[in-house]
Amino acid sequence: MNFTIGTLLAFSFAASLIAIAALIWAISTHQFRITESDARTVFGDEEGGKLDDPTSPHSDSHPSAVDPALSPEWRRLLIVMFVTATAWLVFGSIFGLIASLKLHLPDWLTGSAALTFGRMRTMHLNSVIYGFLSLGGVGAALWLVPTLFKTHLHKPRLAMLGAVIWNLAVFAGVIVIGAGWNDGLEWLEIPWQIDIFLAIGGACFAIPLLYTAAARRVNHIYVTGWYYLGGLVWFPVLFLLANLPGVHSGAQQATTNWWFAHNVLGLWLTPLGLGAAYYFIPKIIGKPIYSYRLSLLGFWALALFYSQVGMHHLIGGPVPTWVVSLSVVQSVMMVVPVVAVAINQHTLSLGNLWAWRESLPLRFVALGAILYTLASLQGSLEAVRAFNTVTHFTHYTVAHAHLGAYGFVALVLFGGIYYMLPRVTGRAWPMPWAISLHFWLVVAGFAVYFISLTIGGWLQGLAMLDATRDWLASMEVTLPYLAGRSLGGALMTLGHLVFAANLAVLFFGRTRRFEDDSDDVATPATATSTGA
Amino acid sequence: MNRVLPLIVVALAILAFATLLLVAGPAAQIRSIDPPEGLAPYTAAELRGRNEYISLGCVYCHSQQPRSPEQAPDVLRGWGRPSTAADYVYDEPHLLGTMRTGPDLLNAGARLPSRAWQLTHLYQPRAIVPQSIMPAFPFLFEAKEQAAQGDVVVKVPARHRPEGKVIVARQEALDLVDYLLSLDRTYPAERTDLRDNGFMAQEEDS
Ligand code: HEC
Ligand code: HEM
Ligand code: HEM
Repeated sequence: MNFTIGTLLAFSFAASLIAIAALIWAISTHQFRITESDARTVFGDEEGGKLDDPTSPHSDSHPSAVDPALSPEWRRLLIVMFVTATAWLVFGSIFGLIASLKLHLPDWLTGSAALTFGRMRTMHLNSVIYGFLSLGGVGAALWLVPTLFKTHLHKPRLAMLGAVIWNLAVFAGVIVIGAGWNDGLEWLEIPWQIDIFLAIGGACFAIPLLYTAAARRVNHIYVTGWYYLGGLVWFPVLFLLANLPGVHSGAQQATTNWWFAHNVLGLWLTPLGLGAAYYFIPKIIGKPIYSYRLSLLGFWALALFYSQVGMHHLIGGPVPTWVVSLSVVQSVMMVVPVVAVAINQHTLSLGNLWAWRESLPLRFVALGAILYTLASLQGSLEAVRAFNTVTHFTHYTVAHAHLGAYGFVALVLFGGIYYMLPRVTGRAWPMPWAISLHFWLVVAGFAVYFISLTIGGWLQGLAMLDATRDWLASMEVTLPYLAGRSLGGALMTLGHLVFAANLAVLFFGRTRRFEDDSDDVATPATATSTGA
Repeated sequence: MNRVLPLIVVALAILAFATLLLVAGPAAQIRSIDPPEGLAPYTAAELRGRNEYISLGCVYCHSQQPRSPEQAPDVLRGWGRPSTAADYVYDEPHLLGTMRTGPDLLNAGARLPSRAWQLTHLYQPRAIVPQSIMPAFPFLFEAKEQAAQGDVVVKVPARHRPEGKVIVARQEALDLVDYLLSLDRTYPAERTDLRDNGFMAQEEDS
């Protein structure tokens, strides 16, 4: 027994090390033929060196009224993606806020099963993960992949079909969870019968992007493309294997469950967020990332280590020791790709602080990238056995979850949407002040959210480990912090409503189109101050 | 990095390798084990109750996986001995959970075997534990003027129920309690190698 454990561990560890060594070799001997000048792929022929931000009055880059490459079908698709993503954000936040309030007001809204904590929380998670983050992230990919490949989106009608099917499937999933029908596995609650449609919808997104990649007009695939291509092939495999009905059971099912759930984070949401950040940060600032070669290490090390970390959700649980230890080791190894990405993205954004002042989209994206680094370093720490013993079953984990899923992925998407929509629609944001308000509301709200739960969760964990204290002490100690989270969450939700309102006015209000005045293309007349 | 196909192939190979380790490896070890002698399969009523547990999301507040004494005082809290993979052979889906907003429930039936206590607690947790933040589940019950024959009347202090009414358990509540009472893994542990003994090892080393 011990022999198999030891050999398996040693084998995978050796394989990982060999793979890393091979990568370093490949990079140093130019096997992958990537050069620092490839990092300039994000810029068009005349671009670069200047601020590029359709929301800033000082942007040097004039967004052409409507990008000529943008076919009406493609444009409609992107609008549908971002508008429905925003709708899911609003619904998801409201569900989250209700769930949060219920944790300290347990007798509020107890009249109906659909409103009970267990269902509200699950509707929250599925709305924000499969609704907002997935639709927003894929929407960004549907714009960025063709743009980077200097071509148009192939098969936009198929992608539109995907958008419709995906939305209906998430909608049906959230409704049936509210009605009490779910598969009973965290992150896989949507019944597999509905998951079939999510899989079909996902394929409808992947196929046009693969066609687009095959028809690209540039030789080099920029780093954003690696993450997107990786995510697009990983997610369908994960989703299918984890959802196979009748295959998994008992403690074994728990390993499949967390193999899936962490890979949704690591091989789906993270690539969507990082891919976008790798584009927007250099694009808006007008300078390439710090070290393009390093990004290669970041990508492959992420693929290798992240795919094996899932069992850090079962530390101390009823699954074999070796598989938990394996995940703990790989979780710590994740420091390698995280630092690689950090060096690349933060040296650029922090070296150009003027751009933070100038550009609100950049502020969202660059802050999101920094929170990715922090969430990941925190995660590596949380996976260490001694640390996990305190935090595992507590609200500390929830704080970390939001630092990653919200602080990182959601903020990057907000910035991306602010940058993309003016180019997609040819219209300026109608209420530039609302962008700034959105930023400060969610940053302040999230700070309150994160700090409350981090302290409350840590105290909860210490109380639970203290055999001299009644277990109830660990519950009571969290109460003020749970209330604090509701306050922070309310501010975040308010920020999301401001965002949604800005979006609504963009489409339905009397907004200025860029083509209306060619002198001052980038700014609506009302935009006197966008920075705050 | 100028080619799509090699990128996709390598990316999928890495995922396949991880799947082999995290999914296939544990499955090969766990799926072949025999059920412990002391563990009975769920009855039809218990399974219906289990579905209520899933549908109402009890798992988001309650874990079902006591930790080892080397790691945490779970045994001292009366939550039971550290569980092993053998304790879950009849569980589909698994309900291990990742939160302890409430206590661990793997041995709830052994610890709290009173049907009446469980029913009152589900109707209104604060009737028993005033500071509890567990939700009340009044929709699993019916408030009647008078109990009919065969009704299971739930003891609820007057301040927690509509005036002049009696509280009667619906079938869902009875099933759910059946499930909770079935949670009893107090028989001797089997296959103790099939759990995370990483903390034990640390203890032995030092
Ligand atoms: C919001 C979190 C939450 C949810 C959801 C929740 N509980 Fe609880 N539960 C608690 C807390 C806190 C306690 C401890 C205080 C108490 O006994 O009420 C508890 C205690 C219990 C106990 C007593 C355990 C003991 O050792 O004292 C049982 C049994 C129980 N819950 C069953 C359930 C069932 C069944 C459900 C789903 C229908 C459920 N709980 C949903 C938070 C929750
Ligand atoms: C190096 C990178 C990371 C590591 C090693 C890591 C590690 C961990 C650990 C140990 C837990 C706690 C499990 C538990 O005790 O129950 C956790 C939970 C979580 N992490 Fe991370 N994390 C990392 C990055 C991220 C990122 C980037 C995101 C967001 C995209 C994220 C999202 C989450 C979520 C949502 C949970 C909660 C899961 C649940 O219980 O439902 N993590 N992570
Ligand atoms: C887009 C924004 C958001 C994202 C991506 C997000 C993501 C998540 C995730 C991944 C979880 C699971 C955590 C875990 O299992 O450990 C979760 C749970 C939760 N979220 Fe959010 N969230 C968002 C916004 C909000 C807001 C605005 C609130 C309002 C307070 C909120 C409140 C909650 C609550 C109460 C839970 C349940 C925690 C528990 O089980 O104890 N979230 N969210």
